Amino acid sequence: MSRRSIHRAAAALLAALVAAPAHAAPDAPRIVVGAKKFTEGAVLGELMAQILEAQTDARVERRFNLAGTQVCFDGLRSGALDVYAEYTGTGLRDLLGDAAAAGGPAAVFAQVSTAFRTRFDLVWLAPFGFNNTYALMMRRDRAAVLGIAAIGDLATHPLRFGVSHEFLPRPDGLPGLRNAYQLSEAGTVGLEHDLAYSALADGSIDVSDGYSTDAKIVALGLVILRDDRAFFPPYEAAPLARADLFTRVPLAEPALRLLAGRIDDATMRRLNYAVEGERREPADVAAEFLAGLGLTRPAPPAVARPTGLLALLWQRRWITLSLAGRHLWLTGFAVLGAVLVGLPLGLAVSRRPAWSAVALTSAGVLQTIPSIALLAFMLPLFGIGVLPAIAALFLYGLLPIVRNTVAGVRSVDPLLLEVGLGLGMRRRDLLWRVELPLAAPVILAGVRTAAVISVGTATLAAFIGAGGLGDPIVTGLTVTDTNLVLSGALPAAALAIAVDAALGGVERIATPKGLRKQSIISS
Amino acid sequence: MIELESVSKVYPDGHAALREVSFTVPRGTTLALLGSSGCGKTTTLKLINRLLMPTTGCIRVDGHDIAGADPIALRRRMGYVVQEAGLFPHLTALGNVEVVPRLLGWPPERRSARARELFALMRLDFDALAAHFPAQLSGGQRQRVGLMRALAADPPIVLMDEPFGALDPPTRRRLQEEFLSLQRQLDKTVVLVTHDVDEAFRLADRVALLDAGRLVQLDTPEAIRAAPASAFVADFIAQAPAAAR
Repeated sequence: MSRRSIHRAAAALLAALVAAPAHAAPDAPRIVVGAKKFTEGAVLGELMAQILEAQTDARVERRFNLAGTQVCFDGLRSGALDVYAEYTGTGLRDLLGDAAAAGGPAAVFAQVSTAFRTRFDLVWLAPFGFNNTYALMMRRDRAAVLGIAAIGDLATHPLRFGVSHEFLPRPDGLPGLRNAYQLSEAGTVGLEHDLAYSALADGSIDVSDGYSTDAKIVALGLVILRDDRAFFPPYEAAPLARADLFTRVPLAEPALRLLAGRIDDATMRRLNYAVEGERREPADVAAEFLAGLGLTRPAPPAVARPTGLLALLWQRRWITLSLAGRHLWLTGFAVLGAVLVGLPLGLAVSRRPAWSAVALTSAGVLQTIPSIALLAFMLPLFGIGVLPAIAALFLYGLLPIVRNTVAGVRSVDPLLLEVGLGLGMRRRDLLWRVELPLAAPVILAGVRTAAVISVGTATLAAFIGAGGLGDPIVTGLTVTDTNLVLSGALPAAALAIAVDAALGGVERIATPKGLRKQSIISS
Repeated sequence: MIELESVSKVYPDGHAALREVSFTVPRGTTLALLGSSGCGKTTTLKLINRLLMPTTGCIRVDGHDIAGADPIALRRRMGYVVQEAGLFPHLTALGNVEVVPRLLGWPPERRSARARELFALMRLDFDALAAHFPAQLSGGQRQRVGLMRALAADPPIVLMDEPFGALDPPTRRRLQEEFLSLQRQLDKTVVLVTHDVDEAFRLADRVALLDAGRLVQLDTPEAIRAAPASAFVADFIAQAPAAAR
């Protein structure tokens, strides 16, 4: 079975688990639309998804809020995604690794178009019509005081740089920029893109990177520094798709081409602002725009997110409930898997000190890998979506379960094992009748720890498209909406507490009565 | 009948726990293995139920070399009682008594009939104590439950390792009396490990005195008392209080 077909099989399994949209025929072809986790990614993703829904009979699935370019690109190549919006400059510098000076927009588009077709069997469709180039920006007042208008002016000032994690290592990001402009290495921190804006606004950093269509540029009173040495290539956004999408769903290509050249810089900034500034859903903004172009039927008037936290929680109650359900089964599967593997593993190594040292150390090392990094490691193996999330949560759950199984079995009095053997128990009888019942409370405490860790870590699974209560957290961070973040974080915390309490109950029930009554000794 | 022939046990660390020990326990008699700690008496007991294997020598039960026997089947024909009873703390008194019958797959009616019979034999109130967990029982009750557990499937042989060692003197005395009366009724082949001269002489038909892995004298209590084989034996039995005689 090739990796591709494993992905397909996994996707089919997931599709069976996740309810399909009601209007699509069960045998309709499926199109998976991806989006990077920032406002524009989501808006473009929605535009493509909705026009595909309107113009084809395909079942369209959305995998939004993906962690970055690499996740989307890998997802596309592995077949977990069919299409997402990419930028020509990113394709050139980041994905093709071409650092040579770029030509104009048309030249760059032709260049990536040919290269992606031959090297990856991926197709760039005609761009949407705007150029969202990378840009360095500062607060307008600060730039005015220092007399900075262009990137070339930065070299003479000792300024604090705070750039997004994606910009920090990319050849078309900071390293190339430093080279081109002879900027100093000192005083640069990596920040979450959306946090960088807040840091700029409150003055804790001076310069940050951003995208020229960001709604926040207007909202926060920032100024874009002129790229006086033409370092940044053109970044025209365009649908990037698997070639096989258009053979599976021939109508998909003309549908996506309907968007070509429809969105200029000002339009894109306006759409972004509608989401971030007016607190509306990307889906509603996209629907309104498409209806305005006459490409789809007019949508019912959309509702903006309420500003109060309680009102928001109430408005989102059903969404939250379904996200919590998804969150629970994600963690449930992961913990179940960790029990099925960790318990036998712990039992197998518990009587062999050298083996248990190896098992505990390996599980311990897994635990020290930062959650987001572990999730990222899973991507090449499982693509994006639910599977890598479950795999990562499963690995996290192993340590507490293996550790507590070993500790629980070791805590059983050796005399009792000798008595069991002396009475004629087989190894198996000893395990089921003596070791497991006596070790049960300790083992269950391990399962409980694993479950609580898992519920917490699963909020990060939204970054790789697995959904769950992390979804509003990631979206909220993207659009700088603290209440939206809380609408995911609060239920996630409540869920962790509930899971902890429920498993605490199971633990008490499973503790043998004879061990509970230890204190009552009558004579 | 249990026979040991030139049995030695050397542990992997080189410690010789038992050197060339031979003795026979005839059917229906009680042999006490007597000696100070580390003399090899517990090792001897564990060799008989194959928790340990001898380094050299041969052990026969009812004429068959146990080296070729299935250890599980062998142990199920031998009751096993240890110091402080070694009861399973997660099982009730009844649960502990029923361990071996359950392993043997007895039907519930047979198990419970046998358990009531044993409680009666030990003069314990079944209705009051069967559902108690070990932690709720007194030391004497626990040791009786341990004995019932060993006798549950009516094995012809019973191995006892310091069974009364952890009890206070009056309780120990009472249980020793009960043991003697039980032994008169049940006629088991018993091997009893003890460091207590009084207990060995009181309970056993014959006493084997061990010192540093060697058998120094094996005889009836009267014969040992009348003619100690060495100054060591004379010194060792002198620790028994006058009341024991």
